[in-house]
This record gives sequence, C-alpha cells and structure tokens, in this order.
Amino acid sequence: MVSSDLGLSERFEISGGDFSKAGTISTKIKEILQEIGIESSIIRRAAIASYEAEMNVVMYANSGSVILNITPEKLHLQLEDNGPGIEDIEKAMQEGFSTATDKMREMGFGAGMGLPNIKRNADRFEISSTPGEGTSLDIVFCLNKT
Amino acid sequence: MTLKDIKEFLDAEVICGEKYLDIEIKFAGGSDMMSDVLAFGQPGLLLLTGLSNSQSVRTADIIEAKAIIYVRGKKPDDIGIALAKEKDIPLLSTQHMMYTACGILYNKGLPGVSKN
Ligand SMILES: Nc1ncnc2c1ncn2[C@@H]1O[C@H](COP(=O)(O)OP(=O)(O)OP(=O)(O)O)[C@@H](O)[C@H]1O
Ligand SMILES: [Mg+2]
Repeated sequence: MVSSDLGLSERFEISGGDFSKAGTISTKIKEILQEIGIESSIIRRAAIASYEAEMNVVMYANSGSVILNITPEKLHLQLEDNGPGIEDIEKAMQEGFSTATDKMREMGFGAGMGLPNIKRNADRFEISSTPGEGTSLDIVFCLNKT
Repeated sequence: MTLKDIKEFLDAEVICGEKYLDIEIKFAGGSDMMSDVLAFGQPGLLLLTGLSNSQSVRTADIIEAKAIIYVRGKKPDDIGIALAKEKDIPLLSTQHMMYTACGILYNKGLPGVSKN
C-alpha cells in the first residue's frame, strides 16, 4: 500500500471462478475506507459498487484486478479483467439483462442488476470492453463536499 | 421491535450473535438475489433470505444490515458464520418459508424498506 498526505493507492488481484473467496476484496476495501475515515455514505456506495464489480470478475472472467486510488478530491476504483468481454454494453447495462448460469443464480447472483447498481451509486462511471480481450471499469466517487 | 421479539414471532433459532438480541429492528426486506438486496438495502435492514452461502453475509455487511433471518430452515456455511462473527452480524434461522416469515413480521408491524 502506498500512502501519503496526498493519497493512497493499492492494487488487489481478483481470482475468477472462486466463489468461496468472492467479495473478500470489497470487504477489505471497505475496511480501508473506514480506517482512513471516508464519509460513511460514500463508503457504502463505494462498497456496493466494488462488490458488484468484483462479483462480475469472479463470475465472468478468469482473473482481474482492482486498483483503489484515493486523493483528497476523489475515490477511484479501476477494474480490469481478461474475461470474454461484453458484446453489447448498452444491453448489459439494462436492468434485468443477465447471462448468468444456473449455478451463479444458485449463488444469489444473476438478477442483471450489478452494472446498473454500480452506475447508480457512482458519481462517474465508465465501462469499456473488447470481446475476446476483457472488460474495464472506471468508478469514481467525489470526496469534497459541495 | 427487537431481534428477540422477531426470534419469538418466527420460532427462530439463533445461529450466532446471541448477545445482539436486544438490538432494535425498524424495517426489513426479503430476497434471494444479492444484487436486489444491494439495490434496495438500507443501513439497519433486517434481511430475510433463502440464500445460505457466505455471500448472504458479505452482502449484509456491505449494505450494513443489522441481522439476517434464513428462511426454510437454511443455515449458512462455516465461512459465512465466521464472517458474521467477525462483522458482528447476528444470524437466525426459521422453518417458515419466505412469504410466511415476511407476512408474520409485517402483521406484527414491521414495515418494509421505504422506496426512495
Ligand atoms: N466483467 C465482465 N466480463 C464479461 N461479461 C460481463 C462482465 N460484467 C458483466 N458482464 C455481462 O453483463 C451482464 C450484466 O451484468 P450485471 O452485473 O448487470 O448482471 P449479472 O451479473 O448478470 O447479475 P447480478 O449483477 O444482478 O448478479 C452479465 O450477465 C454478463 O453477461
Ligand atoms: Mg453482476
């Protein structure tokens, strides 16, 4: 973990397919945010977004990573994975659209709510994806009160 | 109502967090889909679910739910119980099915999550 007065930056690896560990990184990120005293409503929104994004990597990709970056102005989550990518991002962003398997549904996922949840909770959200190569998400939360 | 009242109304068994039975519960929500819970959940929620893996506990921690009631006699796995103990989330299990469990609590005056 790199930490200074200017901010903090930490990278975590996400292992795809491993449901038993799924979510541990988001729990860890939430703990870090609590430790450094980020406002609780922002912690909550960031934790939800991080967890949804982490679950998508676990479900759909072989592996991925998330970088947590905090500056006085913003909290930034950058996710990258080398999964199958998303053919039609517009469709994937719709509430209820899901390609989750029966096994994923048994695990409590596959409502097609993850990406819309991330977007709703973030102050800025960008998704880009190349089929066959992977998907990346940029999730930003503003920290300075207006 | 307290978690202890809820335990009695539902004939529930305490899986862990016995010492938290006095906490006050103000509203509840039920779902087996964790993304639904992440979408509607508010801090302080009592979560009713039939999903018994550790993700139910992780989701409860993320949304700051107060406690989880597992319906249809379900119980979480060891990873889930360990996480609940670490995060101070009491877990209870009732034999009632989802609809009945929710109905009983609603009848006793426990409202659902308010839509925002
Ligand atoms: N990282 C990813 N790699 C490949 N496909 C993805 C990725 N993230 C999302 N998708 C695709 O987009 C769809 C919608 O994702 P979203 O997170 O909104 O819903 P879900 O994961 O299917 O269900 P939920 O999030 O409600 O459990 C997924 O079903 C999947 O097809
Ligand atoms: Mg998802």
